[in-house]
Amino acid sequence: MRAVITVVGKDAVGILAKVSGCCSDHHINVIEVTQSILQEMFAMIMMVDIANSDIPFTRLVDEMTELGKQNHLVIHCMHEEIFSAMHTI
Amino acid sequence: MLNGKDILETITMIQDENLDVRTITMGISLLDCCDSDVDSMCRKVYDKITRCAKNLVRTGEEIEKELGIPIVNKRISITPAAMVLAACEKRDAVKLARTLERAALACGVNFLGGFSALVHKGFSAGDRELIESIPEALAVTDHICASVNVGSTKAGINMDAVALMGRIVRQSAELTADRGCIGPAKLVVLCNAPEDNPFMAGAFHGVGEPDCVINVGVSGPGVVRAALAKAGPEPDLGYIAELIKKTAFKITRTGQLVAQEASKRLGVPFGIVDLSLAPTPAIGDSVAHILEEIGLSQCGGHGTTAALAMLNDAVKKGGVMASSHVGGLSGAFIPVTEDAGMIAAARSGCLRIEKLEAMTSVCSVGLDMINIPGDTPAEVISAIIADEAAIGMVNSKTTAVRVIPAIGKQVGDELNFGGLLGEGPVMPLNTASPAVFIQRGGRIPAPMQSLKN
Repeated sequence: MRAVITVVGKDAVGILAKVSGCCSDHHINVIEVTQSILQEMFAMIMMVDIANSDIPFTRLVDEMTELGKQNHLVIHCMHEEIFSAMHTI
Repeated sequence: MLNGKDILETITMIQDENLDVRTITMGISLLDCCDSDVDSMCRKVYDKITRCAKNLVRTGEEIEKELGIPIVNKRISITPAAMVLAACEKRDAVKLARTLERAALACGVNFLGGFSALVHKGFSAGDRELIESIPEALAVTDHICASVNVGSTKAGINMDAVALMGRIVRQSAELTADRGCIGPAKLVVLCNAPEDNPFMAGAFHGVGEPDCVINVGVSGPGVVRAALAKAGPEPDLGYIAELIKKTAFKITRTGQLVAQEASKRLGVPFGIVDLSLAPTPAIGDSVAHILEEIGLSQCGGHGTTAALAMLNDAVKKGGVMASSHVGGLSGAFIPVTEDAGMIAAARSGCLRIEKLEAMTSVCSVGLDMINIPGDTPAEVISAIIADEAAIGMVNSKTTAVRVIPAIGKQVGDELNFGGLLGEGPVMPLNTASPAVFIQRGGRIPAPMQSLKN
């Protein structure tokens, strides 16, 4: 089971470390990361495997949202299914 | 394989363009709750609804959080209440309405539809009692929606029911005059009513449906508008139609996913996805604004019907491949008070009821959420219903009337219902009397279109 974490906000030191640290705390494996920085705006898309996660997915969503708020970032954490449904036939 | 562009597109749709799943509606059959004793019947009704739907809201909220897509409403539709009432010796319809209200509150849903009667060919046991009780039932409840089907392509139009409904709509407004005439905002008069419609106020659970079923209504006018805005004014209408189709496909896929997920988690069969563009009063979630994006200076001007016809068709073509079962109303909705663009057009006088009537011949539903002067006679309301029913009957489509007589108010005054029901001005009507036509009663025969066999 996979999920997509997206992070958007002003670039700062350690964003990737904080998000991947939260994943690691919950035994969530990061499969793929793409990130770009455009005019100081940081945008990252992270594909993660939540099969072995030690918390329910809804709690992970809450934790990521909170992590975003603490760091002045917008973090979305959503099941991969919604993207697959919308963009693949 | 997913790419970053697709992921960001989905997030933009949800975050900035109001993409949501408008409703998960659980249809529940109450045919097994019939009883000659009204109290036993009410007890069975309450037990069955609260048993079937006890996890509906919680499951909806879980799916919402996990998929990251808002699911705005969780609702229930039931077997037309007149059928359940028919077996009772003492047909106390208001008692049933109060029971339904309690059940709706216990389940936490925001509307329960199906306080309904199907009388397109005539009245059977329970129908008259139920219809006569509608004004009181809607006044003493907050979550109950009523509907009456007065015509069909197969049966023609029951003009006795049409005459009756004109009076019922007025009485509903009068009984709730102290609360902004909210009563008739929860009452719709239909022709060719679909039996699996998840949208209120016309939702009921048809007799051909399974015992319990999950139907989902999608939305997304804001997403369509944003896609058209990005395309700009240059592309021709073939391109625009194609763009709407592609967008509708994406919107509907989310609805299909939510429907499957809800069905699996609740252990209830999946019924249909209703492919509808359902507006809300929120800025950026308007069907009128899509029409304006297509190229009209304001909704209601000449060209509106053609633009709406194209929009409605493209939404269906895009959506139909995205879902395994399509049903309900499926098309663009044009409820005036629930659509920021329609409200503005009605206020400016650009959108009039005659144009709305023309629009109803090419899109789903009908004259919806329109405030009319408080002194409108019942027979004029009946005649509005008859006109709409005729459009539905002849064109083999669903049409409906949900007008709100604004008691004590005149053209230009405003009614505010709050929430999804919105607000809007009282619109002028043609007041030439149709009294003799309505008083004739009887049945308008089914048209030639009904003879398809």
